[in-house]
Amino acid sequence: MKFTISWLKDHLKSNKKDNEIIDKLTNIGLEVESFQKLSSDLDGFKVAKIVNVKKHPNADRLKLCDVDIGKKKIIKVVCGASNAKKNLLTVYASPGSVIPKSKIKLTTSKIRGITSYGMLCSESELNLSSEADGIIELKSSKYLNQIGVDFFKKNSEKVIDLSITPNRPDCLGVRGIARDLAAAGVGKLKDPSVKSQKKEGKQPFKVSIIKSKNQGCTIFGTCLIKGLINKESPKWLKEKIISLGQNPISAIVDITNYIMLDLNRPLHAYDADKIDKEIVVRNSKKGESFRALDNKEYLLDEGMCVISDKSRVLGLGGIIGGTYSGTELKTKNILLESAYFLPESVRRTSKLLNLDTDAKFRFERGIDPNSIEEGLSKAANLITEICGGKISKFDIQKSKKSRIRKIKFDIPLFKKITGFKVKDKEIIRILTDLGFGISKKKQKLHLIVPTWRPDITQPVDIVEEIARIKGYDNIETLEPKKDRTKDTLNKEQKLFHFLQRAVASKGYFETVTWSFTDSKINKLFQEKNKEIRIVNPISSELDVLRNSIFPNLMFYIKKNLDRGFKDISLFEIGPVFSGNKPGEQSTVIGGIKCGKIFRHNWNANERLIDVFDLKKDLFQTLIESGFNKNNFFIRDKTPTYYHPGKSGSVYLDKDDIEPVAFFGEFHPNIIKKLDIKTDALVGFEIFLDRLKISSLNLKEKKLFYEYSDYQKSERDFAFIVDKNIKAQDLIKIISSVDQSLIKSVKVFDIYEGENIPKDKKSIALNVTIQSSEKTLNDKDLEKINHLIISTVETQTGARIRS
Amino acid sequence: MSDYKKIKNKYLDKLNSNLKIEELNNIKTELFGKNGLISNSFKNLGQLKPDERKKHASDLNSIKEELQDKINAKFQQIEAEEINSKLKDEKIDITLPERDISQGKIHPVSQVIDEISSIFSEIGFSVEEGPDVENENYNFTALNTPENHPARDMHDTFYLDNDKKTLLRTHTSPVQVRTMLKGKPPFKIIAPGRTYRSDSDQTHSPMFHQVEGLYIDKDITMGHLKGCLNYFIKSFFEVDKIKMRFRPSHFPFTEPSAEVDIGYEMKDGKIIIGEGDKWLEILGCGMVHPNVLKNVNVNSDKYQGYAFGIGIDRLGMLKYGINDLRAFFETDYRWLNHFGFDPLDVPSNYRGLSR
Repeated sequence: MKFTISWLKDHLKSNKKDNEIIDKLTNIGLEVESFQKLSSDLDGFKVAKIVNVKKHPNADRLKLCDVDIGKKKIIKVVCGASNAKKNLLTVYASPGSVIPKSKIKLTTSKIRGITSYGMLCSESELNLSSEADGIIELKSSKYLNQIGVDFFKKNSEKVIDLSITPNRPDCLGVRGIARDLAAAGVGKLKDPSVKSQKKEGKQPFKVSIIKSKNQGCTIFGTCLIKGLINKESPKWLKEKIISLGQNPISAIVDITNYIMLDLNRPLHAYDADKIDKEIVVRNSKKGESFRALDNKEYLLDEGMCVISDKSRVLGLGGIIGGTYSGTELKTKNILLESAYFLPESVRRTSKLLNLDTDAKFRFERGIDPNSIEEGLSKAANLITEICGGKISKFDIQKSKKSRIRKIKFDIPLFKKITGFKVKDKEIIRILTDLGFGISKKKQKLHLIVPTWRPDITQPVDIVEEIARIKGYDNIETLEPKKDRTKDTLNKEQKLFHFLQRAVASKGYFETVTWSFTDSKINKLFQEKNKEIRIVNPISSELDVLRNSIFPNLMFYIKKNLDRGFKDISLFEIGPVFSGNKPGEQSTVIGGIKCGKIFRHNWNANERLIDVFDLKKDLFQTLIESGFNKNNFFIRDKTPTYYHPGKSGSVYLDKDDIEPVAFFGEFHPNIIKKLDIKTDALVGFEIFLDRLKISSLNLKEKKLFYEYSDYQKSERDFAFIVDKNIKAQDLIKIISSVDQSLIKSVKVFDIYEGENIPKDKKSIALNVTIQSSEKTLNDKDLEKINHLIISTVETQTGARIRS
Repeated sequence: MSDYKKIKNKYLDKLNSNLKIEELNNIKTELFGKNGLISNSFKNLGQLKPDERKKHASDLNSIKEELQDKINAKFQQIEAEEINSKLKDEKIDITLPERDISQGKIHPVSQVIDEISSIFSEIGFSVEEGPDVENENYNFTALNTPENHPARDMHDTFYLDNDKKTLLRTHTSPVQVRTMLKGKPPFKIIAPGRTYRSDSDQTHSPMFHQVEGLYIDKDITMGHLKGCLNYFIKSFFEVDKIKMRFRPSHFPFTEPSAEVDIGYEMKDGKIIIGEGDKWLEILGCGMVHPNVLKNVNVNSDKYQGYAFGIGIDRLGMLKYGINDLRAFFETDYRWLNHFGFDPLDVPSNYRGLSR
């Protein structure tokens, strides 16, 4: 909402300084976005002096002028005017300016091979006269000292730009703003007296509002103005329109716009000679169409509120008029409309047609239904004052009676909500100034809500009115109490934070990427999930919710590789989606690593990153987060985006149905499809929602402390087994031979090749044996050795290597 | 001079010279071996007369002790010398680089969420969460923003179906609704999380983060709201004083509503919080609207309270001097490295929010 201080003072008697008014506006909830002079298309025109003229080397009729444009700047301009000569004072237009006549935006351009920095203007080009022959010659007596000064005097008044919240349609008019300021003590609201004009005769068109379901119009007021002469607006009106950065059009259009901005009362003027017999306000029929003032043809659906006559649709109620019945300079008779359209109806129609207008913006927020006559009177008066003509009597049709809104307000509620007290008298004064009707009964106020405030429906709204006018500064600052009765985080949240920092501490950079992604990349990681499309994506590359944590990580790892990074470790913790209903999402950590370990290191051999680097990070993270590695179980079934031979799924327990994590190399096809160029690329994902948190807390876990002081022994075994026997199985078998004695089993060598049959491999293990009851003697150890060997041999078909 | 003394002097001389470990061992054998001089002298004592024997034994013992001490000292000396000379050879260039360091980083958004949680933890708030995909009811209608209300235009919404029934939440406020529907007052929660609006430029990103606050109890007023936010802003920016301005505004789900600005000034292109005469809007808040309480079955005659919503990314930008919002989500390794935090840097009350 834009307006000027002087316009405000049409409604407000105040001697406050501009800055006080500005501050007050913000303090009562009418946020000032800016208070400054508008920039205009005319800013680029300067008084200038030609200091030298040469012939254009490539064109006989062109001249090359050195032009002084002030601030000691001389620039070169190519000019074709015959009167361009040394020492001439003229008007220079800089690149970027828009020439008023042609509306062409100037650019720096070459004319016959010579660059011209702007142009010198004729009177005609500046719309000053029709003189098109030669450039302007300014009188040196007036302009000699003004070189470099703006040629067009700016409207010197600064414009206030308010950001009006959607609940305050009344403040989309200057009067509403003045009323709020008056209530806040900035001045006194002036009496809105409209002198009544003589009215002659009835409004001759029959107006009817068709009673139907969802009729979007409840009041429709009209008057006819006959015998007027439409013309350019007078200076004062033009200036008001220009001061808001709009273009004056004609007196009739400017006046209806002015009333809209002044009172937030939209009006529409029809060329009465174009109306076929009557005005009917009705619901549109499917397939009707009409050409609106924005010069677009709109195809209407059923049930949109239209204004029509006998033969056609003239306009969309509360949104936009049509070209057919629009006013022109030659218009002689007009029908002026002032109506009330229901906000929901206007909004629905404009959304369906994707049509946004100033009128729509106002009607959908709620216009004062009682302003119909005031709007007609004020506009008709102005029109006849400026354009002449005679006003008919007003015709006001209503399809529904407007209700008076009443609220009973308990005065103590104010303090109960805001925490501070305002005297009863002051409360009454504020509400009176805001336009409320009031009668006081003990501690209760019986209020009649002003018709321009559709936002006020209940007592708490009254609290806000008083609080904002009184000022939020009055609210006390109560120090919060530092006590806590409930844990800040629950167990799952604690785990989230722990895992996040555990992964980061393994050298990964945490990133946060969109929850949506490119469907093309997502497809590669989608598996059996269904694609979740966004109906209105911000771009076609971000058109689906991600089914996996990897699409974005892959995309960005490629970007970083392209930036020249080689060894990258990234992770993200966040949602992935399985459906488009609330709750069809789960939290996942995705980690991704590429490149080499010990790249260019003086004392360690560089090597490719591999799955076991990743497995360590993954396991360490899980162990640190409180899960027992001894129960972990690995299977080699993984999603298709992993390398089928170099990936695994992790179960917290052998009997678990769902894996808590996957890890592995990515499938070569994926790397190829995404065109990722790196030495090695591996990744893991942890599904947080599947991590069952132990019911024991740390305090309870610490209670179990067992250790043995008896001597421990280590024994090495090498078994020759089938190639498909997994190390994990061998370790489990050995560990379960005697869980009380076997403390650890480590694989220290894997060997295939010479001396080993082709389909076999040798696994060498180191076993630590310790009793918690005694020192084991040779006999005991020999016994357990035999047991280990025989168990492994019978269960796996292995053979101990001699 | 007795024989004993001769032996003693002779060997002391020997022991004072430069010896190798083998020579020293030889000397030890010569003196104390099975047929060593001292050993034999002891054996010979038995042939002496009793009165002489006593004196000789005493002399011999003292010489034995003296020589033994000397030998032991010599042993230590030689060993020390040998280690020292060995160490000289073992000297390496200790300025050579260590093995590769891999320091991980926590994203500023995560760090700021932890900072915020830590601050609100101290005054008794607990953390709640809600889904990113919401239904239209929880995101709008239950929050007193009916369909066909212009307030919905304030949020450019991503929809997931053509009927506009499911969407990506445009704010964290639906968590208020979920929290109140599943529990009984009082409520005292914060809800940080991802939020989405179809808007993208220098200062808007289609995804960003908010933290919602909600405190409902019997007598919670705007004074408590102001106090809570004042405490939060001061704690977050780690300053003693803050200039804060409460300004009336409008949100459908609060009444009265306010926007909060903090005072700042620009110094050398950087924002200094808490000084100067410029204002920066950082959050929206208000008293929870009775209609919202009604929608979640809370008796608004008995219970009242406040809610607020703060842009997390914005707070992080202000505190840590980050200029471009979009950079948060672009995964530039250089940016993550610079603006990221060490994983051990967990914000807490007793260690402070930030180093």
